[in-house]
Amino acid sequence: MCRLAAITSRDYFSPMENVIALETMKEGHDGSGMGLILKGLGGEFKELKDYPVLSGICSEAGLKTLDDYMNKLGFKMKYTWTPKTRPVKGIESRDYYFARVYDYPDMYRDKPLDEKESLLMKTRLSLRKLGEKDESIIVFSFYPDILALKEVGDPLQLAEFFGLEKTSLKAKIILAQGRQNTNYAINLYACHPFFIQGYSTMTNGENTAFVPIREFLMGRGFPGYIGYNSDSEVFCHILHYTCRQLGYPLHYYKDVVTPLKQAEIEDRPDREAVTFLKMSLRPLCIDGPNCVIGFTPDGSCFMLQDTKKLRPGVVGGVKGKFGLMSEECGLDSAVPGRERSVDVFPMKYDMAIVTPDAEEVTVWNQLLG
Amino acid sequence: MEPASRLDNNHELAVKDFPYIIRWRDDRCTRCGRCTAVCPMYSIEPAVVVKRTLHSEGPTPEPKTTRRVETIVKQTTDIGRYCTGCGTCTLVCPNEAIEPEYNPQHKFNFHKNLGGHPYRRGGRRNDPAPSTLDRLRFTRISMLTDPALDAGRHEFRIRTYLGRVLPAEELPLRVENGRLELDTASGKFIPPVREIYPVIIGSMSIGALSPNMWEGLAMGITYLNEVEGMPVVMCSGEGGIPQRLLKSRFIKYFIPQIASGYFGWDEIVRTIPHMVEDPCAIEIKYGQGAKPGDGGLLMAHKVLKLIAEIRGVPMGVDLPSPPTHQTKYSIEEAVAKMIQSMSMAWGFRVPVYPKISGSRTAKAVLNNLVRNPYAAAMSIDGDDGGTGAAYNVSMDSMGHPIASNIRECYLDLVAQGKQNELPLIAAGGVGKKGNLAANAAALFMLGASAVSIGKYIMQAAAQCFGDEYNRCNVCNLGKCPRGITTQDPKLYRRLDPDKVAERVVEVYKSLDVELKKIFAPMGRSTELPIGMSDGISADDPAIAERLKISYAC
Ligand code: SF4
Ligand code: SF4
Repeated sequence: MCRLAAITSRDYFSPMENVIALETMKEGHDGSGMGLILKGLGGEFKELKDYPVLSGICSEAGLKTLDDYMNKLGFKMKYTWTPKTRPVKGIESRDYYFARVYDYPDMYRDKPLDEKESLLMKTRLSLRKLGEKDESIIVFSFYPDILALKEVGDPLQLAEFFGLEKTSLKAKIILAQGRQNTNYAINLYACHPFFIQGYSTMTNGENTAFVPIREFLMGRGFPGYIGYNSDSEVFCHILHYTCRQLGYPLHYYKDVVTPLKQAEIEDRPDREAVTFLKMSLRPLCIDGPNCVIGFTPDGSCFMLQDTKKLRPGVVGGVKGKFGLMSEECGLDSAVPGRERSVDVFPMKYDMAIVTPDAEEVTVWNQLLG
Repeated sequence: MEPASRLDNNHELAVKDFPYIIRWRDDRCTRCGRCTAVCPMYSIEPAVVVKRTLHSEGPTPEPKTTRRVETIVKQTTDIGRYCTGCGTCTLVCPNEAIEPEYNPQHKFNFHKNLGGHPYRRGGRRNDPAPSTLDRLRFTRISMLTDPALDAGRHEFRIRTYLGRVLPAEELPLRVENGRLELDTASGKFIPPVREIYPVIIGSMSIGALSPNMWEGLAMGITYLNEVEGMPVVMCSGEGGIPQRLLKSRFIKYFIPQIASGYFGWDEIVRTIPHMVEDPCAIEIKYGQGAKPGDGGLLMAHKVLKLIAEIRGVPMGVDLPSPPTHQTKYSIEEAVAKMIQSMSMAWGFRVPVYPKISGSRTAKAVLNNLVRNPYAAAMSIDGDDGGTGAAYNVSMDSMGHPIASNIRECYLDLVAQGKQNELPLIAAGGVGKKGNLAANAAALFMLGASAVSIGKYIMQAAAQCFGDEYNRCNVCNLGKCPRGITTQDPKLYRRLDPDKVAERVVEVYKSLDVELKKIFAPMGRSTELPIGMSDGISADDPAIAERLKISYAC
C-alpha cells in the first residue's frame, strides 16, 4: 500500500516534514519510489512565481536535446535549481536532476493564462516524447510555482540522496507519496503525485475501472490526457477535466468519481444538474479502493474516498497548518500539537477540503450537496 | 405363407435419414395413445403389424406358425411429417416408453425441400459449438491489492442508460452560488434517457408469440418493476401492442417496435392521445440477426382474431414485412426521418433507436447515428439471434457474430470519444448455452451498454424445446407444442401465463445475483463495467487479437 503525506500551510516548510511523515507511516518493504510535488514555492523561487518551472531528470545527452529544444521555442532560462545529490547505497543516481525556471518566449509574454498553460503543456509533452525511448529526458511538470521531484528508492534514503535536509527548498503545499509498487514495472512516469495545469493528485489504492476511464479521457481531445503509466494518473486528469475543462466547483469531483444512486440524488438541491452530470460522466466513475488527495490552483487541498472499499486517510491540523495523510501517525509527526479529537476521517459521502492558506478544514457531504 | 413384399424401397427415406429417431419400447407401452395424440408433427402414428412366429414343440421338428396382429407406435418416413425431436411424446407418456434420439448421421438438409420449397423453421442457427461469448473468461480478479467486493453485502448498481447522453461539454449547466444548476433558459434540447436494467427482453411480437406467452412475459416484467424494483423492459417486436396495455400506466416498461410492415402502427398512433404514460422507448427494426436482410412473415394460420385486431388487418392472411422500409431510399432517409418522426410523435420525450442485424457494415450505420442527435442507441442483433420463422439458409449462414461486431463499434466510438453518448445494445445468442450472466457481462466488457435476450427467456420461462441440434424449431408452423409460438388455443392453453411470469421473475433475480458474482470479484459495483476489456480474456489467441483483449490459457 502506498503512503501519502500532504501538508498545507500558511507558512513555508521543508519537504523533509513530508518525508518524515512518510517514514513514520512506513510498514514493510517500501522502496519503489517517492514523488514530491511542491506548490507555493519559497526560497529562491519566491521571486519567480510568475515564471514556469520545468522539473525533471536528464542524461548528459538529454540535457543538450532539452536545451536545444527550449532555445528553439524561445524559452529563456532564468534560474536553475539542482539538488546536491550524494551517493546513497541502493539509489542509482541519474545524470542531472533539475528544476529550471524559464521566461516565456517573447510572443507569449502577454498572452492570457490559458494560452500560456497550453504552450507549457505542449512543450512538456514534446520533451517527454523526445526523451521517452531512451529515458534521456523525463519531465514531470512545467508550470509556474510548481516543482516536482521523483526517484526510485526508499523515501528517507532519497531525502538523503537529494540532500533535502540542507536544501533551502520550501513550499506552502507539498504532496508526497511513498510508493509500494505492486502492479507495474517501475517507471518514473508512474510515480505519484501527478500534476496537470494547476491540479495535482496522489492516490492510495488500485483503480479497477482504469481502462474505461482512460479510454474516456483520451477521447476528450485534450492533448494532456496521455501517459497513464499508472492507473492512478486518471484521478488527476478527472480532477482537471471536472474543474478546469467543465468549470464545475471542486466538490463535484466527488460526484463524478463516486456518483450517488438516483434515489439519493433526488434529495440534493442541485438534483437536476447532478442527474445529468452523472449520466454524461458515467465512464469516470471509480470503483476503488482509493483514497485520493489533491490540490487545485487556488491552493485548496482535499481528500476523498471511494464509496465501498476505502483506504486509510485522515485530515487534521491547526489553523495555518493541516496534514492530509494516509495514517494518523503520519499526521502526528507533521502536526503534533493539534486537537486529535477533531481529526477528520472522510467516509463514503465525504469530501474533506482544506481551504487555501490552511485556514480550516470543511467536510462537504455528498448527500446534502 | 406370407405374401412376398417388394424389396426395392428406393425413393423412400429411411428412418436413419432423419435427425431424430423414435425409440419406442413395446414392453413398456400400454397403448394409451397419448404420444400419437400430442405429436405436433404427426410423426408417430398407431399402426397395426402382423407378427408371425414359428415354433415347434415335441422331440421332432414340427414347425407351426402363429400370426398375431399387434398395435405399435410407428415413426413415419414422410419428410413432411419428420420427427422434430421435441420430446412432447416423452413428456406425456406415463410409462417412459417413448423417446426421440438425435441421429448425428441424418441427411435432413438433403431432403427437406420438397416441391422446391426450401426448409423454413424457427429457432436459431443450428450450431451447437460454443460461441465466442462462451470462450471468454473473467480473468481480472481482485484480491489483495484491490480487495474483492462482497456480492451479498455490498450495494451493486446494475443499471444502464437507454437514450442519447449529451457530452458534459454540451450540458446546459451553470454555476450559481457554488452549485451547478440546469440552465433552462438556454433552450438546449436534452434527449430523453431511461435508466433500465441492462438485460432487455428483446423483440418478440404478439403474433409470433401466443397470447399466453406474451401475457406471461408482460406480467413478469411488470412484477419485476413494481415489486422487485428492477427496471426490466421488454420490446414488443413488430406488430403492435394491445390497446389495453397501450392505455395503461405499464406501457412505460415496454418498447414498441416499428418494422418494415408497419403492422399495428395505425392503432398505436391513434392511441397516443389516450396514453397516460410514455413508452420506455421505440425500436425501429431494420434487421434481425437470425435472418439478416430478409423480411418478416407471419403465416396466415397465425393471424387469428386478436392478432388481426392488434395489427389492424383482416384475419387469415399471410402478413409479410418487406426486407427494408419501402418508403425510404437511403440511410439518411431511412434512419434520420424515421427516428425524427417517431420522436416527434411523442413530443421528443421517448428515446428512439434502430435495430440492425450484425453485419460488416454496422460501423457505417453507427457513424450515421453518431451524427444524428435524435438517435438514442444502436441495437445490433448477431447471427446467433432467434426468430419465429425464417429460411434455414438465412439462419445458418447469414449474418455476423455479435462479439466482434459490438467490439468494433464500441472501439469506433472510443476513437471518437463518444462511447458514452450512443449506447450499444448487443443481442444474438446471449445465453445460448445457458450462461446468461456470463455472456451478458462479457458483452458489457466488450462495450455493450445493454444486451437483449429472446430465445433464452423462452427456454427458461416457458420451457421451449428448441436447441441448436434443430430440436423442435417449428415455431413458424403455429404448432408449438409448448404453446409459446402458436395462436391455436388448443395449444396455448397448455401454457399458464402466471407460471411464465413467475419464471421471468426467477430468471431475473438469479441473473442479478450471478452478475454480482461476476462483478464483485472483479471489484466493480458502482457502475456497469462497460468497456472494461482488461477484465476478460479469450481462450483462443485469434479471438483475443480480434477483440483486442488478452489471451489466457
Ligand atoms: S419427439 Fe416430438 S415430433 Fe417426434 S414423435 Fe415425439 S412428439 Fe412427435
Ligand atoms: S417449443 Fe415452441 S417456441 Fe420452442 S422451438 Fe418448439 S415450436 Fe419453437
